[in-house]
Amino acid sequence: MTVMASQPVMASGQPMAAEQVMGLPGPEPDAAAAPDAHALPAITVRSYWQSVGYRLRHDPATLCFAAIVLLIVLAAVFAPLVAPDNPFQESIIGRLKPFGWRGHLLGTDELGRDMLSRLLFGGRVALLMGVVPVLIASVVGGTLGVIGGFAGGMINTATMRTMDVFYAFPSVLLAVAIAGAMGGGIANGMIALTLVFIPPICRVAETATTQVRGLDFIEAARASGARPLTIIRHHVLGNVLGPVFIYASSLVSVSMLLASGLSFLGLGVRPPTPDWGLMLSTLRQSIWVVPWVCALPGVAIFITSFCFNLVSDGLRAAMDVRM
Amino acid sequence: MSAALDLAARVTDPRDRGGPRQPLLIARDLRKHFAVKGAKGKVVRAVDGISFAVRKGETLGVVGESGCGKSTLARLLLHLIVPDAGELVFDGEAVGAPGGISVGALRRQAQMVFQDSYSSLNPRMPVRDSVAFGPYVQGTKRPEARDIARRMLGQVGLDADLFGPRYPHELSGGQKQRVNIARALATGPRMVVLDEPVSALDKSVEAQVLNLLLDLKQRFGLTYLFISHDLGVVRFVSDRVLVVYLGRVVEVGPSEALFHEPKHPYTRALLASRPSMDPARRIEEAPIAGDPPNPIDPPSGCRFRTRCPFAEAVCAAREPALAADGWDAHAAACHMQDAGSGHSRAASAGSA
Amino acid sequence: MDVGITTPLAAVEDLTVRFVTRDTTVHAVNGVSFAVQPGEVLCILGESGSGKSVTLRALMRLLPRHAQLGGAVRVGGQDVLAMRGRALRALRGGLVSMVFQEPMTALDPVYTIGQQIGETVRQHTGCDRGTARAKALELLELVRVPSAAQRLDAYPHELSGGLRQRAMIAMALSCGPRLLLADEPTTALDATVQIQVLILLRRLQRDLGMGMIFVTHDLGVAAEIADRIAVMYAGRVVESGPVADVLRAPAHPYTAGLLASTVHERSRGEPVTAIPGSPPDMRRLPAGCAFAPRCAHCQSACMIGDPPPRHPAPDRMARCLRVADDALKSSLPWSMSYETERRDHS
Repeated sequence: MTVMASQPVMASGQPMAAEQVMGLPGPEPDAAAAPDAHALPAITVRSYWQSVGYRLRHDPATLCFAAIVLLIVLAAVFAPLVAPDNPFQESIIGRLKPFGWRGHLLGTDELGRDMLSRLLFGGRVALLMGVVPVLIASVVGGTLGVIGGFAGGMINTATMRTMDVFYAFPSVLLAVAIAGAMGGGIANGMIALTLVFIPPICRVAETATTQVRGLDFIEAARASGARPLTIIRHHVLGNVLGPVFIYASSLVSVSMLLASGLSFLGLGVRPPTPDWGLMLSTLRQSIWVVPWVCALPGVAIFITSFCFNLVSDGLRAAMDVRM
Repeated sequence: MSAALDLAARVTDPRDRGGPRQPLLIARDLRKHFAVKGAKGKVVRAVDGISFAVRKGETLGVVGESGCGKSTLARLLLHLIVPDAGELVFDGEAVGAPGGISVGALRRQAQMVFQDSYSSLNPRMPVRDSVAFGPYVQGTKRPEARDIARRMLGQVGLDADLFGPRYPHELSGGQKQRVNIARALATGPRMVVLDEPVSALDKSVEAQVLNLLLDLKQRFGLTYLFISHDLGVVRFVSDRVLVVYLGRVVEVGPSEALFHEPKHPYTRALLASRPSMDPARRIEEAPIAGDPPNPIDPPSGCRFRTRCPFAEAVCAAREPALAADGWDAHAAACHMQDAGSGHSRAASAGSA
Repeated sequence: MDVGITTPLAAVEDLTVRFVTRDTTVHAVNGVSFAVQPGEVLCILGESGSGKSVTLRALMRLLPRHAQLGGAVRVGGQDVLAMRGRALRALRGGLVSMVFQEPMTALDPVYTIGQQIGETVRQHTGCDRGTARAKALELLELVRVPSAAQRLDAYPHELSGGLRQRAMIAMALSCGPRLLLADEPTTALDATVQIQVLILLRRLQRDLGMGMIFVTHDLGVAAEIADRIAVMYAGRVVESGPVADVLRAPAHPYTAGLLASTVHERSRGEPVTAIPGSPPDMRRLPAGCAFAPRCAHCQSACMIGDPPPRHPAPDRMARCLRVADDALKSSLPWSMSYETERRDHS
């Protein structure tokens, strides 16, 4: 009887061969013509990350800004090769010259140093101060958040309320306070920024973990006897990395701005190291002499953080899709 | 005698410790209360004294509406939630007690299939990895775990090559539920707790999955605890049925007896609430008024009395006991069944 | 039921709905036609993915912006697909209103029930708050909400599922619609509450003389509430007719398969015949009959084109090549063969 025979289940006790298990429709008037009842649609199988890549590839705006970011990064990394002049080379007569004066494409600063070279070298510091604190804070804050979120109860309360204390301070104030207390310098600046970013990342990670923890597949993993660390490694991390990554990428531009602010206030990089924030500070008084040249560091900060922001937005759009 | 021989024939599992007469699972007076956030002192009495036993190789159905505590009960049985009171005995050994069976060991022998097929699978893992996770966690090496996953996917009617690398969002509800069943069986359990496994599925797929469950039970010699709100499904699948209301058992009995002659007014109302399939014989009056009550403040005495058409003073005063002796006893926790209770209908208990 | 003589309350002709996104196109509804007479209850029966909810929402144009509609939809003599702005707003809630499946998400959690019902009343009639509140009380009593006066000031989360659904029905009835659309309103409810709500809806429909289109996946619910039934599969209506006739003698193999696979009233151990396979992917519909891959009686002719509607009886329709017009004058193959199959195995 055709309908019964096409069931994928067999009479009890008999072993099932693979072909029987396929559940293809049984003897029918035109078996050759009937397509497979269990066939899946012939679309490409894509994992989550592959689908993220696919969406990014088809997002021209994000790709464009990502290209600009890449350009900036490359220029900063290869600054010694690309820069036309020594960024530390001063010149008494060539101070505060406009664009194109004697081969200085972007003019010179208040000590006669070539602006283009200083901008390129300054990019190194800016990117360093932008990316490293966020990276470290992601690892530390992410770990704390996942542990707190998964453990729940007292551990979670203790962690999150501690974070809340730091979170209560405005980030600029907190960064300035920590950097000031530790003295200036790049290393102290990075530590200050890291401490500023740990609480918000911890919070994002904790929220994501708490959400995932309530889903049935975590209970199923517990029911198979898995230990908490195994569950975190296999099931939680994959679902939490997404939100954390999106949030962290949006913090890079914030970090760069804060770093520039710290340098502007004298708490970050020390002269003569080129740094955009520091350059803004020292060129401030000269703005009536060569306004376009003095605005350059600000423009550089603006473009870089703007592009990072848009790339992070594009990443969010690509990654935040429910499967 | 022949029943005992049948059971003995079925019990060929090397892990069997209690013998054919030992029930596979005994639950005694399980209780679980949840504190209500914000309201001091108030508790949700999710499970409030449930006792039952499951024989080896049988399917025990648990029926109840929302708020009756059946999902909490399912999680209590696997110790995913720790009971506040009561004990669990698995194959003669107390669970979690010194000298008995550990929770880890329990989880090797009992598994669960969840209701929501979508959230039961990690959306970031291919289906075969989800199935292989159980054996891998219990010590099998990865390659063997993958082989087990392949075989189990085949057992549930899914081609391992075609479906294995797929992600949950690419499968239909019925296929996802098959994967869940494969995942539960991959560790080779003796008992499977099924928490509303077909409720979220379309009717045509429901029949496929039920057929599959029955077949797998035969093939692997499993014991099932089948929880559902759907009476038709429970009747189809179960040997014995437990009816649960507000955290307590109100009726227990063999499946056919319970469905043909329900003894408790709640069971009768549940049966009468099923839509008839015949447009010429429609239900004109709702069998029960009102909604299932809140498990935070259950009524005193018999918890069903606020919706029961036969409620009397004795029902508010004393909680009726469930007196079930013997495996195939059919009993209800109702004063009308108890001749000495003082209920005006108790005298005619025999005719219920 | 004479279809041609009275003007139908709602008439859908060859409705198609496609959801077009950058990646794919989903053909949710592919040529659906039906009519509902005033005072009649039509039940659209289908499983998930059959397009039943999309069809219902198309009647009120409640679909997202990227949905493309084709065909004709007329409600109360007006062309719904051509409506804009004010006319559409007047239609929604006025002539036609809808009861949704999940009352918790369909009701706004920050307003009380009384406020929400009152808002709908004021929007359509322009009366003042006092009148609106009195009307809301009247409606809550109509839907038999106990202690209606107190419930007026209750928030949705304070009510149980059954009461929330009644509140939503009250909201839907607030402006005296002539057509009530119900999208699986009882699916999320417990059995004892479900039957109460079904009986309530039936009584209200009869007393107020409304037409009703009720979407469900449950055959039992259809038997309880419908006058006519339309079975949908893969975005098409594959069978329609008076509910008693269709359930007693289904013409289309899918309907017959659904009936045979219900575990209702089946004792333990009696085998149930399931329809093999799964519903098709709506992005890639097969050419020919969409049910063919799962059909036990499929032939090569079934793959070629969409089966045209056949009429085995004057008020019945089935899209199956093996159904002959006026076939019900003699006995049909499906129901008989399925009956014998069942008996053979008992």
